[in-house]
Amino acid sequence: MKADIVIIGGGISGVSIAYNLAKQGMKNIVVFDDNYMTGGATGRCGAGVRQQWGTKMNCLMAKKSIEFFEQAQEELNYHRDIEFKQKGYLIVAVTQEEEQKFKENITLQNALGIPSRFLTQDEALDIVPHLNKDAFLSATYCPTDGHLNPFLMTDAYYHAAKKLGVTFHYYEKVIDIVVENQQIKEVITDKRRVKTHKVVNAAGGYAKEVGELAGVDIPVYSENHQILVTEPIEPMQDPMVISFAHNIYCQQVPHGAFIMGRSPNNPQHNHDMSSSWQFLEEMAKTATTLLPALADLRVIRQWGGSYNCSPDRQPIISESNLPGFYLACGFSGHGFMFAPMTGLLLSEIILNKPTTIDIKDLHVNRFENMEKTEYETSVV
Amino acid sequence: MNKEDVIICRCEDVTLKQLHDCFEEGYTTFEEVKRILRIGMGPCQANTCSLLVQKEIAQFTKQPLNKVDTHVIRPLITGVPLGSLAKEAKDES
Ligand SMILES: Cc1cc2nc3c(=O)[nH]c(=O)nc-3n(C[C@H](O)[C@H](O)[C@H](O)COP(=O)(O)OP(=O)(O)OC[C@H]3O[C@@H](n4cnc5c(N)ncnc54)[C@H](O)[C@@H]3O)c2cc1C
Repeated sequence: MKADIVIIGGGISGVSIAYNLAKQGMKNIVVFDDNYMTGGATGRCGAGVRQQWGTKMNCLMAKKSIEFFEQAQEELNYHRDIEFKQKGYLIVAVTQEEEQKFKENITLQNALGIPSRFLTQDEALDIVPHLNKDAFLSATYCPTDGHLNPFLMTDAYYHAAKKLGVTFHYYEKVIDIVVENQQIKEVITDKRRVKTHKVVNAAGGYAKEVGELAGVDIPVYSENHQILVTEPIEPMQDPMVISFAHNIYCQQVPHGAFIMGRSPNNPQHNHDMSSSWQFLEEMAKTATTLLPALADLRVIRQWGGSYNCSPDRQPIISESNLPGFYLACGFSGHGFMFAPMTGLLLSEIILNKPTTIDIKDLHVNRFENMEKTEYETSVV
Repeated sequence: MNKEDVIICRCEDVTLKQLHDCFEEGYTTFEEVKRILRIGMGPCQANTCSLLVQKEIAQFTKQPLNKVDTHVIRPLITGVPLGSLAKEAKDES
C-alpha cells in the first residue's frame, strides 16, 4: 500500500488535519488509530471551548477555532447536531494577584478582538446566581466561549473527510516508522506496511512514543487528569465556571448534565487513565464550596484521561527536524478547542503555503531556547 | 414492530431505529454507539440496556453473543449526591 501522507491518531486533531488537507486538494490521505474513534483524550475531555487565555498564541488559536465551530455544522454538512452552545466562560478571581493578572489578560484578549470583560462580584452573581460569594472576589467573562459535543464534533470531521476521499483505519496500531538517510520510507502497522514520505504525529498521549518510532525526540509528557459527570437536570447554569485558585472547571452541558474536573495534586508523568476516590472527594469538596447549590446533584460516572503536556503549556504544531515528519501534540489540556486551527495550520505547513497566522512560536524548536517562550498560566 | 417505537436505552431515550442507523453507518461496538447516541451514559449507566445492545450488535455483525464486548463499567455503581461525598470527605479529614 502507498499513501501521500499517513496521519497517526484519529482523535480531534487527526480528523481535523485530514479534513483540512483533503479540502485543499491533497489525495491519498490515510489515518490510523489503534482505538475506537475518540478513545483517546478527545472522548475523555470536558469539551469546553474558551478564548480567555494569557498568551497571544493561545488567544488567537482559540478565537479562530471558535469562528470555525460557529459554522461547523454547515461547513461539514453533518447529519447530527454537534450541540454547540455559546453561553460563555466565567473565570473567577480569588486573590488580588489573580484579579490583577486577569485584568492584564483582558487587555490582551480585547486587543486581539476577543469580547471578554471584567465583572464585579455582583455582576458575576447576575450571570451565575448560585456562586458562593465568600469564595471569590471578581470574575472575567466572555460570552462567546462555550461547549460542544466532542464525539459528534469528531464524527462530523470524520464524515466530511471521508466524503473528500480520506481513508480511515481505526483499531490499527502503528508499530514502526522506517527512516533511511533522514527520509521517511514506510509506516508499519500491526496489519500492513504503507510506503510514504510524509507522516503526521497526532497521537495524543502517545505522541512521544510515536516520535521515538521515527527517531525524533519531542519534549512532551502525559499526565492523568480526571473528570466526572452528574445526572442531567433542567438548565440552571449558562457559562462554564472556572477557578484556577480553587482548581475547578464546571459546566452544565446542553444535554443537562454537569461536567466538572480539576488538576491532580501530584501529577506524575505516565499513561495512567484511571479514576480515583481521592479525585471524587476533592472534586465534591471544591464544587460544593464554590457552587453550593450543586450539593444535591448525583454523580453518575467518573473517568480519567491523559493531558499531553509541553514545557510551556502551548501546543506544538510544526514540522520536526526529520523532514516530512509533522507534529500536532502537547496541547496541555486544551487541544479540543484548538483543533480547527491545528488542522488548518498544519495542513498549510504540509502543503508549503503561508500560514493563516504566524505560528513560529508553536515550532518544536522553541524549546531549544526556553527563555524566549511565554508560559501559559491560565490552565486548570 | 415499529423500530421507532422501541426504546433501547431508557435513560437517554434512544430508539432501536437510532441504534440500527448507527450500525448502518459503520459503528458496531458498544463503545462507539455509546458515544454517538449516549446509550448507557444515563443514570443507570448501562445496567438496563447493555445486554439488549449486545444482542443487537451480535445479530447485526453475525457474531456469537460472547464475542461482543459490553460497556466499560466505571465508578460510581449508583448515583451519589456531591454534597454527601463532600461531607464524608470533610468528616474524615
Ligand atoms: C479530563 C480531560 C479534560 C479535558 N478538557 C478539555 C476541554 O475542556 N477543552 C479542551 O479543549 N481540551 C480538553 N482536554 C484536552 C483534549 O482532550 C486534548 O487536548 C485533545 O482531545 C487532543 O486530541 P488529539 O486528537 O490530539 O489526541 P487524542 O484524542 O488522544 O487522539 C490520539 C489518538 O492517537 C491514537 N494513537 C496513539 N498511538 C498510536 C499508534 N501508535 N498507532 C495508532 N494510533 C495511535 C490514540 O489511540 C488516540 O485515539 C481535556 C483532556 C482531559 C483528559
